[in-house]
Amino acid sequence: MIRGWTAVYLRELIILRRRLAKLIPAWSVSPLLYLIAFGYAVGRHVNVGSHTYLEFLLPGLVAMASMTQAFAIAGEINIARFYWHIFDEFQAAPISNLAYVLGEVLAGMTRALLGGGVIIILGTLFGVVLSYNFLFWIAFLLNSFVFASLAVGLAMHVKSHADQTLLNNFIITPMAFLGGTFFPLSQLPVWGQRVLELLPLTHATKAIRASAFAEAAHGGDYLVLAGVGCACFIFAVVSVNQAKS
Amino acid sequence: MIEVTDLSKQFGDRAALAGVSFTVGPGTIFGYLGPNGAGKTTTIRILTGLTRRDGGLVRLNGFDIEQEPLRCKAQFGLVPQHTNLDAELTVEENLLIHGLLHHMARPDIARRTEELLEYIEMNDRRKVLVKTLSGGMKRRLLIGRALMHTPGILFLDEPTVGLDPAIRRRIWGLVRKIQSDGTTIFLTTHYIEEAEFLADRVAFLDAGRIVAEDSPAALMAGIGEWAVDYLGDNRLQTVYFGSRDEAREYLVNRMDGLTVRRVNLEDAFISMTGRKIL
Repeated sequence: MIRGWTAVYLRELIILRRRLAKLIPAWSVSPLLYLIAFGYAVGRHVNVGSHTYLEFLLPGLVAMASMTQAFAIAGEINIARFYWHIFDEFQAAPISNLAYVLGEVLAGMTRALLGGGVIIILGTLFGVVLSYNFLFWIAFLLNSFVFASLAVGLAMHVKSHADQTLLNNFIITPMAFLGGTFFPLSQLPVWGQRVLELLPLTHATKAIRASAFAEAAHGGDYLVLAGVGCACFIFAVVSVNQAKS
Repeated sequence: MIEVTDLSKQFGDRAALAGVSFTVGPGTIFGYLGPNGAGKTTTIRILTGLTRRDGGLVRLNGFDIEQEPLRCKAQFGLVPQHTNLDAELTVEENLLIHGLLHHMARPDIARRTEELLEYIEMNDRRKVLVKTLSGGMKRRLLIGRALMHTPGILFLDEPTVGLDPAIRRRIWGLVRKIQSDGTTIFLTTHYIEEAEFLADRVAFLDAGRIVAEDSPAALMAGIGEWAVDYLGDNRLQTVYFGSRDEAREYLVNRMDGLTVRRVNLEDAFISMTGRKIL
């Protein structure tokens, strides 16, 4: 059922390795600006509970990176699909749609791990060292699994490269700002908190932040991420099947 | 072996294929000729599982593309009309990924890569990024990649389109070499001389239907051996003759500017459909 996923994954890894020297500085720019502007300049004298704002912000940025970098696999897929026509090479090969999706999702998760690693290193440079324990990485991987799967599924539905930008504008950007990255959701009215709890990033931010602060993790957040991730993965497999004209 | 029975495909109101049937025997080159939009690429896309058919049957070496897609896809290699190589990968990496997609073991991939780079005469380009290759080299690599898993059937969709005549002839030599290894080849083209040179059998496709299928010699024999082209009523007209002497006799006492030539497959196509291939 999943034979051949290594080919899809290896292809993405080779391309990623070839571009890494350019990508890492590019991935550093936005988090660096957030850390300087929001964390260091604006939030220097602000505390959130028992933590400095910089300590509060860093796990949020890690969660955001795991989302944005995992979702960026959609752009890679569409370049391969619309520009290089490589999707046909995969479709003409004796591999299942499940194997294709698995390879691409793992590639998205690998990108996310690298992007998250960049933020942790930047945080260390700003003097913020948190607890990067087992539960932290589980929450990180589950979140990247959700968004890599969603990206593969949506990439099969867009009709042009320009449509991809719309997806980022309507899905990723609002979630990045409203998923508990920059401010504690407890400051919102209850109905607002309930609405934002529908976003998977909200659960990822809560789980990643709690584990980074070595606080008791809420198992429900992990379950929501795992459930949404599985649903998105199934959506991706079905979408690849429908992408055939 | 390729068996196609009553294949149909509809795009909106337009029938791209309307009951196409043919059989391609093992080890033969089957030329599939028709003008742009006749349904050549649609046929190849259905046969290779890239597009769903609306009706009919397709069997490749006995496997149905929709009933047993994975086993069926292991039977063939595909050289698409548009280059779909991975431009950001090297020549060698493109072959590696294709080998892994076809579940080849690493030692077999390494051995086959050596053989193929020799075969397509690109040994010195193995570490080069594909985006830096010329059009002719990309075409050779596409053919090499399609042969990586040693398929019994090779689909060539307009393999020499856009290439200069010298490179085109080099590709023809390569196709002949592949056939001599026992591979069944399905070739779509709108280059008449390509089909004449390569194909053992030819099918004429017009508006989604096969209007004739036979050997190139048999298709041409029906209209004569020699043709005289002349300008009449402001367009090129052609008259066919059984022998060169008859054609020469026709030229006597006629104005200059007439051309005597051998008939070709395009003459056969025009005589059957009233339309040109190109």
